[in-house]
Amino acid sequence: MKRLFLATTVVALGVTAVFALWVTPPRAEQGFDAVRLLYLHVPTAWIAYLAFGITALASLLWLVPRTRDTAWDLLAGASAEVGVVFTALTLLLGSLWGRPAWGTWWEWDARLTTTAILFFLYLGYLALRRTGATSDERGKRSAIAALIAFADVPVNYLSVTWWQTLHQQGTVFNKNLNVQIDGSMAFTLILAVVAFTLLYGYLVLERFQLAQLEEGREARELELAIAERLRTEHSEVVPA
Amino acid sequence: MTFLRDALLVAGKDLRIERRSRVALQQIVPFGGIVVMLFAFALDSDRTLLRQAAPGLFWAAVLLAVLLAVGRSFSIEEANRARDGLRLSGLDGGSIFLGKAAAVAVELFLLEVIVGAAVVVLYDVSIRGVVVLLCAAVAATLGLAATGTVYGVLAGGLRARETLVPLLVLPAVMPVMLGATRSFQAALDGTPGDAWPWVQLLIAFAVLAVTAGTVAFGPLLEEA
Repeated sequence: MKRLFLATTVVALGVTAVFALWVTPPRAEQGFDAVRLLYLHVPTAWIAYLAFGITALASLLWLVPRTRDTAWDLLAGASAEVGVVFTALTLLLGSLWGRPAWGTWWEWDARLTTTAILFFLYLGYLALRRTGATSDERGKRSAIAALIAFADVPVNYLSVTWWQTLHQQGTVFNKNLNVQIDGSMAFTLILAVVAFTLLYGYLVLERFQLAQLEEGREARELELAIAERLRTEHSEVVPA
Repeated sequence: MTFLRDALLVAGKDLRIERRSRVALQQIVPFGGIVVMLFAFALDSDRTLLRQAAPGLFWAAVLLAVLLAVGRSFSIEEANRARDGLRLSGLDGGSIFLGKAAAVAVELFLLEVIVGAAVVVLYDVSIRGVVVLLCAAVAATLGLAATGTVYGVLAGGLRARETLVPLLVLPAVMPVMLGATRSFQAALDGTPGDAWPWVQLLIAFAVLAVTAGTVAFGPLLEEA
């Protein structure tokens, strides 16, 4: 089942690459061929939002006593980890695109700045998760930290509408819901978003299962240690 | 009413400890002073540049001092397991939060007055728009103290607390840094009208931080 998931993801990413590199046209005002970064930059940014959204949702579910389950905490952590990687990719790809399109690697623009802050907020969140408290203690602290950090996500998303920025406004979800690209470009962008969402799902699944194994290992090691102790005590007792 | 009285009780306790131990006065305030000196060295004591950058440098110095004040506020709870005492006191988590945040805010005000005086003298800044400066400073300080206190308890008792708190607090208080710097800039440039949107941002941030802290502090203090 997981193999099928992985295979679908790889095929979707492959088709996206073909469309992005050869089918879609270059654009003069966006740095000619550099415009192809669109099909990486937009999906990675979308995954960052999605990942932090899932983290916030899972954290909320952990905090509500009726739905409290260690699995939510582990899912929140797994999703945030993937989210941080994709936020870093978004910044990196945006920077690479900014050079030909805007003539600068970095601009202190609202969208870029809030994205950088988002990156650091969730780095802090991941650091908090690694400080080795008990499972319950970690769950509570990190859930609250995740909800606080998530406050930056809507600010980041709306920053291009709120302030006059160099970064362009939403291409698809703008004020008039008027999709501003057409034909093969729109299709490729949607395809890229779907492919990256699949990749996100696969990465989170892997990371979540690993976290569950790590969580289980500690309990199992304790059990083994107790069993070992009992056995040695028993073998000492028998000869007597 | 008991809620506020309990908060005052906690604030009084923290401030009394600071008055007797003099850590805030003898360590945190001098730290703010040396940071002001440091920026002058970094900018090669260029007077015009220093004067232009004064609002930002002032708030950067305050922000660094916040980290020390928050660390101090929670290290006094670690000593003699005072945290357990606080938990067993029966005080509401929200009022403990307000008390601790208020104590940090009072310390920060004191620091801001002294560091501010140092900035005026050393960076050759002339004070203008006092009302705006005061409003911005009060709102910013409340926001900083509240945010710092939330993250202080969030990381309290953890192994890597000292290194974790700065990483958590600094990105979260970036809006305060921006808002306070811009409103100070506008006031000192003689255009206080431009400052109000930023002061509003600072007030909104402070309200949010205080609300979040009042709600989250109780659960975070328990079973640490």
